[in-house]
Amino acid sequence: MGKIIIDNNRCKSCYICTTTCPKGLIKKSSKTNRLGDYMVEFDDPKGECIGCAMCAKRCPDMAITEVYR
Amino acid sequence: MADKSNEKVLIKGNYAIAQAAINAGCQCYFGYPITPQTEIGEYLSGKMQELGRAYVCAESELGAINMVMGAVSTGVKAMTSSSSCAVSLMQEALSYASSDELPVVLVNVMRTGPGLGYIYPAQGDYNQAVYGGGNGDYKLIVLAPSTVQECVDLTYRAFYLAQKYRNPTMILADGLLGQMMEPASFGEYPYPEVDVSSWALTGAKGRDARKIYSVATDEKKQIQHIYDLHKKFEVIAENETTYEEFNTEDADIVLVAFGSMTRNIKAAMNVLRAKGKKVGCFRPVTLSPFPYKALKSLADKGKDLVVVEMNMGQMLKDVKYAVEGKVNVSFVSRPCGEWLSVEEIVDAVEDIMVSNTSKSIQPGSVKEVSYAAARA
Amino acid sequence: MQQQELKEGVNIGVNAGEKGMVQVFSIPKSMKENFRYTFCPGCDHGIAIRLVAEVIDELGIREDIISSTSVGCAVFLYDFLEVDCVEAPHGRALASATGVKRARPDKVVFTYSGDGDFASIGLAESMHTALRGEKVTSFCINNTTYGMTGGQLGPTTMMGQVTTTSPTGRNKEYFGYPIKVAEHIALCDGTAYSARVALDSVPHINEAKKAIKKAFQVQLDGLGFGFVEILSSCPTNWHMTPEEAHERVRNEMIKVFPLGVFKDVSA
Repeated sequence: MGKIIIDNNRCKSCYICTTTCPKGLIKKSSKTNRLGDYMVEFDDPKGECIGCAMCAKRCPDMAITEVYR
Repeated sequence: MADKSNEKVLIKGNYAIAQAAINAGCQCYFGYPITPQTEIGEYLSGKMQELGRAYVCAESELGAINMVMGAVSTGVKAMTSSSSCAVSLMQEALSYASSDELPVVLVNVMRTGPGLGYIYPAQGDYNQAVYGGGNGDYKLIVLAPSTVQECVDLTYRAFYLAQKYRNPTMILADGLLGQMMEPASFGEYPYPEVDVSSWALTGAKGRDARKIYSVATDEKKQIQHIYDLHKKFEVIAENETTYEEFNTEDADIVLVAFGSMTRNIKAAMNVLRAKGKKVGCFRPVTLSPFPYKALKSLADKGKDLVVVEMNMGQMLKDVKYAVEGKVNVSFVSRPCGEWLSVEEIVDAVEDIMVSNTSKSIQPGSVKEVSYAAARA
Repeated sequence: MQQQELKEGVNIGVNAGEKGMVQVFSIPKSMKENFRYTFCPGCDHGIAIRLVAEVIDELGIREDIISSTSVGCAVFLYDFLEVDCVEAPHGRALASATGVKRARPDKVVFTYSGDGDFASIGLAESMHTALRGEKVTSFCINNTTYGMTGGQLGPTTMMGQVTTTSPTGRNKEYFGYPIKVAEHIALCDGTAYSARVALDSVPHINEAKKAIKKAFQVQLDGLGFGFVEILSSCPTNWHMTPEEAHERVRNEMIKVFPLGVFKDVSA
């Protein structure tokens, strides 16, 4: 059981995290941020996240600011 | 040997600058050899090691000046020295150092230009030193010694002014002075130590991190920064402009020169005075800030000026600018090489007193050649 | 294995108040408060700077650091890291760093520059700093192009690569060959550590962090010049998506610029 926190003000919508998450728990959102980009959102209804932090390690903007396990 | 005593020693100009730098507390020297200033680096190499200070044989003048920038950013005193064509390589860094407000100290022992030129002494780097060879609106503080004693005194002053105003400072000497031996005394470094703790980079311990940089991505900040630099230089001009005057009170004509040429105009003045001619001398010690006001007051008193330089008329323009067309400004020059002799200057000035024509004098002859003829 | 690697992360074990959860990733303390990267989306500079910050945190050297950055996208390091920083003209970061280190041998000095800065305009300064064995650490971001000016041919542009100044691709007759920086630096006797890493995948990022740490460690141990060449993507100027750009790093760049440690005097 894990959890991530995304700071969408830092996110520049490169979507690297969406392909990095081994469980596909990060998705392109339908909402936009202040730059007009579609944000990403952490969607883990089944509690599949194990807090591997791979998304945070690959995020070029440190928009995934916290990872818990 | 030279030390901090007040006793006079016979010493070469280049060595005098080097020893004065040590006395001033210069912790780091970075340099690359070039005639006629190489003795500065040679002298310092052993001394700095003995003193446990830093000395780096830099890969180039680019490397050397940037090492100085790095060193002085930490609040220590550091310098490099070079000569004309290699000082050209440092212009980029001087522009950065001005904007970064880094107290770089640079010695330029001038040789001939343009291009590689040769090792003949000359004064052809006035424009580069005073107006800057780098980009943007900036000014160096430029000090021009005329004797070996002044090589000592102005080196002390350069280290002080650089830190006091956080402005790159150049000692503009020439090959003649660098290679000349003369008696000089060192004494203690006469200036107080400047507190650099408010800006020096020492690691962000117990305070916010500091950055020293010249790029402002905000237009207003960039504009303000340039205004601030300009205002700072106005303060420097107000406080630090220095010059020497001799016998100007009763003079009809005043000879103007800087650096080593000061020696010869003083001698020429004495010869001319002995002949009954009312001649005085004026010599800027700081070329930047330039003593515009003092020259203007000479012009206001109606004194004609003769500028004597080993170049094709560089300081001449500043003198003309200063006197605002109120008096005649003539020019006696040679581009480089054999220093204009006292006889040559005397002859030229006597002629000018009659005809008011500027002279460019070819070496090896006391006979004057007119500017146009010399070019042909 | 993954557990162990994660333990390198900062703040591990700090209970952030989440019931039964432990924080395994957080923003390094050496980053400036409320920083926001000004790099393009997907740019690897962000990861490289984060790794540097994490290593600084782990070594506990932030307060002793004086860094030097010169010109290019890399210069903005000073907007993101809470460390003292002096700017240098283009290519002169290592000359500046030499000056800093010689003036303050007790400080930890590092430079962070791009390939154009380190290996083209500044190659003389870079290589001579390595040859002198200056006890400084240097990072060179290799993205095979001049990023800040819009993607021109640089010293590391690969054969065949199309840039705005090699519109038909780099060929040997017209443009000559790219430089392999880490190998060249490894040849310098004053170099204590020289490695090439990449940031295209989590395993490579983990390796990169180890190399960055080592490059600092050789300085702290007084062994000599520490250097890491970091293969990095430039999605904007490569005209690729961030993920495509990382695939290019993986499938093309690493073949030309092999990863590895080329010199390590402490090994």
